[in-house]
Parts: sequence; structure tokens; C-alpha cells
Amino acid sequence: MSASPLPQRRNWLSILAKSSPERLAALLPDLPAHEWLRAPETGTVMVQGRISATGAPFNIGEITVTRCALRLPCGTEGHGHVQGRSHAHATRAAALDALMQTDPAAHAPLVETLRLEAQTAREGRAARAAATRVEFFTLQRGED
Amino acid sequence: MYVAVKGGERAIDNAHAWLAEERRGDPALPLMSVAQIREQMALAVNRVMAEGSLYDPDLAALAIRQARGDLIEAVFLIRAYRTTLPRIGASRPVDTGAMAVDRRISATFKDLPGGQVLGPTFDYTHRLLDFADQAAIDPAPLAAPDTAPVPHVTAILDRDGLIEAVPQNDTPAPDLTREPLELPACRALRLQALARADEGFTLALAYSTQRGYGRTHAFVGELRIGRVPVEMDIPELGFAIEIGEIELTECETVNQFKGSRTEPAQFTRGYGLVMGQSERKAIAVSLVDRALRWQELGEDFTGAPAQDAEFVLSHCDNIQATGFLEHIKLPHYVDFQAELELVRRLRAEAQEAQP
Repeated sequence: MSASPLPQRRNWLSILAKSSPERLAALLPDLPAHEWLRAPETGTVMVQGRISATGAPFNIGEITVTRCALRLPCGTEGHGHVQGRSHAHATRAAALDALMQTDPAAHAPLVETLRLEAQTAREGRAARAAATRVEFFTLQRGED
Repeated sequence: MYVAVKGGERAIDNAHAWLAEERRGDPALPLMSVAQIREQMALAVNRVMAEGSLYDPDLAALAIRQARGDLIEAVFLIRAYRTTLPRIGASRPVDTGAMAVDRRISATFKDLPGGQVLGPTFDYTHRLLDFADQAAIDPAPLAAPDTAPVPHVTAILDRDGLIEAVPQNDTPAPDLTREPLELPACRALRLQALARADEGFTLALAYSTQRGYGRTHAFVGELRIGRVPVEMDIPELGFAIEIGEIELTECETVNQFKGSRTEPAQFTRGYGLVMGQSERKAIAVSLVDRALRWQELGEDFTGAPAQDAEFVLSHCDNIQATGFLEHIKLPHYVDFQAELELVRRLRAEAQEAQP
């Protein structure tokens, strides 16, 4: 995912999809005026894996996903597709999608905050994992 | 057959009211929050997600509380809830090679790219009950994070042709939740069934192969646990986004294979991929997967349960199993009355026939 201050739409939608509903609500407490193109709806997405990691696809199980679409008074459409069941989360993601299209400079810092927080969380786990990496050493053998 | 019987409404209502009281336990103690269960009973939550076949930790935690900790009952609640949700679509196949690994070990190679990463494991603990208050813990040590993708261990064997190749294949996956199970089932369908199979049943079957009932000489080539993004094409947008992130456990076994008339001696593979941190289950799935491949690999069918796809796939789902098992406790008054009449008649006939 790009670290540029003005991310691509695919990137900001991905960041918003994986963000925590509570965190997004804290960063964007007030929603802009909007009308629904599709009211929030919770459903499932079947997640696929591949046999032996690289072979034919197979179904692992589903995740919950909530999606919606809205339009700002200026006519810009925003799409929200988020993991989980929170309608508020999907609504905020769709609103931000529209806002990022109309005024990216104003809203990119919010997206960047979410991206950095996700990166920090990921690095925190990676740092704990790294501390559990086994460092083998060979005992000196008598005959050498 | 069981028939509808009326007259139990009051008793049922009162039984459920008492169930609610028993579920709550001592009211002097605080109610466990869903978040507490999600955070502190995470492996139970993972099991309910895997066998419920729906990855949503809050839902699984809620189900565990409602089921009083009966995990199969919780899986039942999740499966029932799932049927109320519309299917939005299917993801692209996840790339476990790009997994952010919490744990990654190999029993076949000591030194390997990416190293042996133990992660938050029970291994090497003394299994002694700890009576100390576990509220306060020391923070886990940190080391310089390495976020580069960790290559799969079997790729090392693959490079030299020492292990069976994995054919590139984009055959659309059959879906057990859409079409009823038909036999013979392809490997993709078997892996889906095993991913959501009962952990106890899968463990027992895998263990049976180790004890000689369909032996496959498995080594854990690699076991990895971590998070992967879930990517999905969004038709309205015309491109794919990462719609979520899930934790997965993946196990790849390396198995002995002597070779056949057409294949040189090389190792073969078993594979298990399970939602959540579910290491025992993933290893078990990979052993059972390998045992089920006997025909494809030209091995003998020894009559072992783990080799019998019909047996494994028809009995591995704990919701199907418990539904059929537990229904026999529901009223069967009419059936039993008929049996009773029959036994009485046979006895009377036998008595009359006596000289």
C-alpha cells in the first residue's frame, strides 16, 4: 500500500474496509449530508484459498461484510465495503470515499492516520514474532 | 419419525427462563462482556469461527456466551445466523505466501529462509496450572520486525523436483454451502468440508493414520499462523479492494512416496488451511487430506476410515452429526408405541407356540 499522502482510491477503500468502526467514528464523528444509493446491508463474502497455497482454489469459509453507496449534494458517489456488520462503519467509509474524490487534500490525513495505525499494529506483532525467532547454535564437537 | 405434540408450552417457557438464569450464573458476579470473551477466550472464538464457517470474532464470542460455553451449540448458532445473510460474493484466493506471520515453524528444515518463528505458542510450556493472578503480565519482548514475505518451505523441495508439483489451476471452487455434497468429492470440496469439520473428529482421524490406519508418514513441512488480506473484485468500482483481513493457520505436510510406474520417487503433500489460530486442527486436516488422496497417488485402499472419503465427509460436520444424534431425544411416542405393540405381539405368539 502506497505511503504517498494522496493515496489511490483502491488503497483508501482498502484502508477504510479494514479499519475499526470505533476508530473511524472517532476520526470522523460527523457525516456529510448525503442520500442513499444503496442503504447499508450486511452479507457474507466467501473467502477462497488455494490447495497447497498455489494450486486450485477452494472455499475456506465466509467473512461478514457490510456495504452501502451514497451520493453527496455535489453529486459525487461514494462506496463503502467494510469487514464486519457495522452499518455506521460502512456509511463512514462511503462518505469518506466520496469526500476523498471531491477534496483529497482535506481528507487524506485521516486516511493516512488509519494507514499508519494499521502499520504500527502490524509492526508490533512482527516485532513480537521476531523476538521468538529461534537462533540455532551448534555446540562444539569434541573431535574438531 | 417424530410427531408434533402440544401441551408443553408452559414447561418450555419455564425451562428457557431457568436456562437464562443458569446461563447468567451467580448474579453477584459481573456479566462477561462479548469483548472479554473475544479477547481472553480467543482460541474458543477461533474454533467457533472455523467450524461455524463464518469469520466474525464478535459474533462467535456472543454465540459462546449464549451457549454457556458449549462450543458445538455456539457453532450451531453461527451456522443458523449465517443463513440469514445474503452472499455478496467470493474473494480472490488469499495469498498465504504474503501472510504476516505470527508463527512459522518447520519440522523438516532447521535453517530456512525466514527462520523458525515460535509465536505465542503453548509448546514448551510445562502444562502446570498457574494459580497466580494473571491480570498483570510483563510485556512481550520485541525485536527488529521483519515484514518481508516468508517463502513456503516446500518451495525448497519443489525447486529440486523432490516433491510433487502443484499444478497451476483456476478451476472454480465447488461450494459445499451451495450444492449438496456429492461423491466422489474433488480435493477442493474435501478441503472446504475439512476446514469446517469438527476438530475432535478430525484429530481422531488424523491420529488414526499415525497409528497405522492409512499411514502416510507425515512430517510437518511447515506450519504458519498469521494474517492475510482478503481481496475482492467490486463490480461497481471495476477494481479489487482489500475488503478485510483474517487470521489463518496453514499446515503443509511432506509425506513419503515410493513412486509409481509413472512417477519417480518423490515426496507428496497434505494440506490444511483453517480460519483463526487453530494449529491442532490445521495439522489434522493436512494428515486427513493426504490420507484421502490414496487413489490419486496410486496407493492401496486398506479400508482405513481416514482413506474413506464417504465416511470422512459424511461424518465430519458436527452440526449435521449433533442434529441427527440429538433428535432421538425428542418425542418419538408413536414410533415407540408401534415397537412396543410389535414386541408384545411377538412375545404373545411365542408363548402360544409353546407346547
